[in-house]
Amino acid sequence: MSFVEYGDTIKDGDTAIVFLGHESMFPVKVQHGTVTQTKYGVIRHSTDLIGKKYGSKVTCSKGGWVFILHPTPELWTMNLPHRTQILYSTDISIITMMLELKPGSIVCESGTGSGSLSHALIRTVAPTGHLYTVEFHQQRAEKAREEFREHGVEHLVTVTNQDVCKNGFGVSNIADAVFLDIPSPWEAIGHAKSALKAEGGRICSFSPCIEQVQRTCLAMEEYGFTEINTLEILLRVYNVRTISLQIPDLGKAAEDNSSTGFDSSNPSNQGSLCTNLQQGTVQFKSGVPLREMVGHTGYLTFATKS
Amino acid sequence: AVEAGRTPGPRICEGDCAVLKREDVFKAVPVLPRPATVRKIIFEKQWFYLDNAIGHIYGTTFEVTSSGNLQPKQDVEETTTETKEAGTDNRNIVDDGKSQKLTHDDIKALKDKGIKGQEIVQQLIENSTTFRDKTEFAQDKYIKKKKKKYEAVITIVRPSTRILSTMYYAREPGKINHLRYDTLAQMLTLGNVRAGNKMVVMETCAGLVLGAMMERMGGYGSIIQMYPGGGPVRAATSCFGFPKLFFDNLHEFPLSKVESLLSGTFSTETLPSEPEDGSLVGEESNGLADGKQTSLQETEEESTTEAAMEINQTEEQETMDINAEDVEFKENKEKENKENVREKQRKQWERRKKLIETAALLREKNADGLIVASKFHPTPLLLSLLEFVAPSRPFVVYCQYKEPLLECYTKLRERGGVINLKLSESWLRNYQVLPDRSHPKLTMSGGGGYLLSGITVVLDKSKSDSSDSEALKMEEPSSKRCKVQDLHC
Repeated sequence: MSFVEYGDTIKDGDTAIVFLGHESMFPVKVQHGTVTQTKYGVIRHSTDLIGKKYGSKVTCSKGGWVFILHPTPELWTMNLPHRTQILYSTDISIITMMLELKPGSIVCESGTGSGSLSHALIRTVAPTGHLYTVEFHQQRAEKAREEFREHGVEHLVTVTNQDVCKNGFGVSNIADAVFLDIPSPWEAIGHAKSALKAEGGRICSFSPCIEQVQRTCLAMEEYGFTEINTLEILLRVYNVRTISLQIPDLGKAAEDNSSTGFDSSNPSNQGSLCTNLQQGTVQFKSGVPLREMVGHTGYLTFATKS
Repeated sequence: AVEAGRTPGPRICEGDCAVLKREDVFKAVPVLPRPATVRKIIFEKQWFYLDNAIGHIYGTTFEVTSSGNLQPKQDVEETTTETKEAGTDNRNIVDDGKSQKLTHDDIKALKDKGIKGQEIVQQLIENSTTFRDKTEFAQDKYIKKKKKKYEAVITIVRPSTRILSTMYYAREPGKINHLRYDTLAQMLTLGNVRAGNKMVVMETCAGLVLGAMMERMGGYGSIIQMYPGGGPVRAATSCFGFPKLFFDNLHEFPLSKVESLLSGTFSTETLPSEPEDGSLVGEESNGLADGKQTSLQETEEESTTEAAMEINQTEEQETMDINAEDVEFKENKEKENKENVREKQRKQWERRKKLIETAALLREKNADGLIVASKFHPTPLLLSLLEFVAPSRPFVVYCQYKEPLLECYTKLRERGGVINLKLSESWLRNYQVLPDRSHPKLTMSGGGGYLLSGITVVLDKSKSDSSDSEALKMEEPSSKRCKVQDLHC
């Protein structure tokens, strides 16, 4: 296993994802002789995990079962230990595409934070690209280094512990893309420009507040960036539900019910609608939006150095 | 090790696939070798030749001269020597239709004289009686609008998924099933598309989804493209200008052979008929002119909009060009007529050999992911194609409509072997950010399609009814779990 290569079987030292149910999962470091507690009972790594296929159903001591999944940056994002607020896969996906990242790309990132985006960036630029990530918080920088080592991707990333606004990315003229998720990105635009290749590249800055975006856009313009574009992406998730709606009793005779427009023999309604006249209900499948959704994560400002 | 990711130099070369850009409008064009570059290009109501662009760096902005030549745009310092004069509000500005002293004919005369767009804009400003009374913001807006109309500038950029998916969504959404670019971005991420994977893809998006996957895989790993009909459509794929090496591990397999492959009765005796040579040439020589695949209903829908009219026009132009090439091609063909039969047999044999290889790859049933984005109903595709995917791998299905995915969700649950099913849609909002004038853009896209994604697991063939219902219970999302992440502001 590694975060940049699929493996078939679970091995000692792997990071695996224990899937208990809908959005209920956690990462586990597979180690001989270790046990993991779940609400369905104990998982013994030596016998229950090591040598098994990823995607297998593992029966726990109390008879319940879980699935063991191969790690991906997306599963990691959902399960990683938070040291900071993190970027989620919806934002990450548009960042990756708009920065035009692909195998071989050289990317600069700051701050590293909890490494949610870092893992996704490394996945995309591997096996020939590289990520230079800058984190001014020493403890976070060290923790990130440790995780990259555990996840088998340390050869694809360099973590630098310094202030990007003061000292830049520690590299110049080598990056295809720069990503900024810091409180004052406008102070790092100059450093971003010098980190990018002389022939040009792409930049993205993530900020929750519009005032930050305004200052960043001004700085980008000042440094000669073009194609400056700010956008926001939101994810709407739907629950798939079977809904039954009661047919109102308008005092009509039973035989008249077929004229209400809910005739199940009507070919246009087949499959999606199911009428139960005896019980006086109509059933249908619906994608129901969640009661609450993430309404704002941050504004993403993209630009080109040309 | 493969030497991949080696991109062509940053200069515009003969044979490249380039993209023209004006404001937010894109158009993909092949940079044909000379003297074919003399071919007239029509883009955004301007016509020009690409000759002079060759040798320049990608990202260069050109001015279009009246003779249709491209000239690299010089950076001109804004002529704002005069002290700015501006009003504070519009209480005294009356729309009498007479504020512009230049007539239509005057402007046309200026244009015919070959006067630079920049100067025309300056004249328009000087001859506008209300300009000085407008607010500073309104003046800004006026200049921007006039510049857009009279300054004939285009930028030539290198193709990428970002550019091509934006271009297709704006110009020909019907050909990509209205797959918006942010939705495509989600698919690539949810599908964990990366170097080294063995991916299965079934798309009818003109090869755009395939191209996006190829870009992300950088020539490492393999892709098996399932295709309906006579052959895969790769008009958009060819716009990417991938190096030859990227096609070494690209395989294709006819959809109509899937059931026989799964049931073990697969043979190569009856192959779907090969696509006609003519259409292939058309696809290769021009990215945007693939066969009209949109349904009748779709075409009707689109021809009602003005934007689509423009596309139709440009398409006609392109089709004419192809016909010219076609004739030439056919002439050459006649000369080689005798060799042709033998050549055809050899091709047939090679095709069969490739098909057997691809069938073998699929039979391993160890693909690292499945991506579906087609005009077909997704349920039967998923139920069959998931058989080829290894456990603990992601899959993503796109559909323009939500309802088929609701059914697909239910059928996948009945089948089992999948977890973490998620039905989603993304919304994209663009912003205008200017000092004291920041707000969301006036219009946004109404819909970019829906995604159903999940992860495969080992399929328990002998699963009892009880475990099935338990699985359902386990996955039933609880309404309580609507926690919204805190934001750092």
